[in-house]
Amino acid sequence: MQVTMTVNGDEVTETIEPRLLLVHFIRDQLGLRGTHWGCDTSNCGTCVLWMDGEPVKSCTVLTAMANGREIRTVEGLEQGGVLDPVQQGFVEEHGLQCGFCTPGMMMTARWLLDHNPDPSEGEIRETISGQICRCTGYENIVKAIRWAAEHPATTEVNA
Amino acid sequence: MQVPAPVEYERATSVEEALALLERHGSESRLVAGGHSLLPMMKLRLAQPEVLIDINDLKELSYLRREGDEYCIGAMARHRDVLVSQEAGALFAILHDAERVIADPIVRNRGTVGGSICQADPSEDLSAVFAALGASAVIRSAAGTRTVGMDEFHVGPYSTVVGPAEMLVEVRIPIRANFGTAYEKVERRAGDWAIAAAGAALVIEGGVITYAGIGLAAVGAEHFRSAGAEASLRGGPASEEAFTTAARLTSESVNPVADQRGPEDYKRHLAGELTKRALRRAAARAQGQEG
Repeated sequence: MQVTMTVNGDEVTETIEPRLLLVHFIRDQLGLRGTHWGCDTSNCGTCVLWMDGEPVKSCTVLTAMANGREIRTVEGLEQGGVLDPVQQGFVEEHGLQCGFCTPGMMMTARWLLDHNPDPSEGEIRETISGQICRCTGYENIVKAIRWAAEHPATTEVNA
Repeated sequence: MQVPAPVEYERATSVEEALALLERHGSESRLVAGGHSLLPMMKLRLAQPEVLIDINDLKELSYLRREGDEYCIGAMARHRDVLVSQEAGALFAILHDAERVIADPIVRNRGTVGGSICQADPSEDLSAVFAALGASAVIRSAAGTRTVGMDEFHVGPYSTVVGPAEMLVEVRIPIRANFGTAYEKVERRAGDWAIAAAGAALVIEGGVITYAGIGLAAVGAEHFRSAGAEASLRGGPASEEAFTTAARLTSESVNPVADQRGPEDYKRHLAGELTKRALRRAAARAQGQEG
């Protein structure tokens, strides 16, 4: 079947098998490898991307179900060479070690801050509770999201 | 790598169209809502439908609203919709107690109320909640609409009375005065299925219990209920002694299965203990003592 959707603002039309999971479509067919593929069972949350403005676990969404919808991946956070405050927060607070969970964490963090610009530590922890960091780096992930909350203006990327 | 078997895909844009597609494709077709139960089952080949009918465009079923003396939840309401509805939480605190511990915020963005109860997983929380509330399910087919009490909705594990050419469209909950409700769940980690969970709903008038509902998840309770314990409470005082008796009756009546979440005797103990805790909180809420 043919699907058409908007991915990070660009319209894409592709031919797919209806059983293709969205995470594989994004990574393998569109080549957007920022979205990671982890547990396959909607537990780990590294595959989180946005569909119609809400974070979803893309290992548990069929590409066909995303037909006609608007997708935003971690590649869509940075705008015109300027990092999103969430990305900058992960840099400033050492919010990643191996980096595997990072794309999902950042997509969920951006959504949280869009709805709650000044979340408490408890609210941050609750919001990322469906996402697993294998390096047990939650302390710094929470700090990174708090940093982003405290620095809502975007930051120039250092060349 | 887990991938579903080959499947055809259709998208319905109205209830009528979904029902027509179910008629056309027959018993090997399945509705998919949030997909957070069905897709994992398809990846494991525990479900292998030939045709998926996507009903995510059926916004007409995503409501939560009061209609007279009943509260109506459309089958496509997402878990998050329930959790952010102040009206739902004010009328039935048990809904928010339970929704806070169903999966995680990202899964709750997709998972639906209708999908959850139609999946009929024996550990599913809302089935226990609706059992305690004495809710009913509205089921539609091309021939018309029928309403079934939650105590008749589940036929067994992963099986409901919803026929191959039918769909659940709504859950209706009676609104009662002097009503208090609560849900207690023990899980291994945040977002996991329950080891055991209990919900309680009480109407208390002048210190006397006039309605008692007890719902249970993950412990093999018939129709997710503890009917004997409910009967023991009705007409009596809302006392610690009555709750202890109800907890004992519940513990004796359930049929848990030992698995990686715990042994049978532990789950039986939890069923009783969580029933007692839920009854205490429901009673306090019914009498305006706790928010």
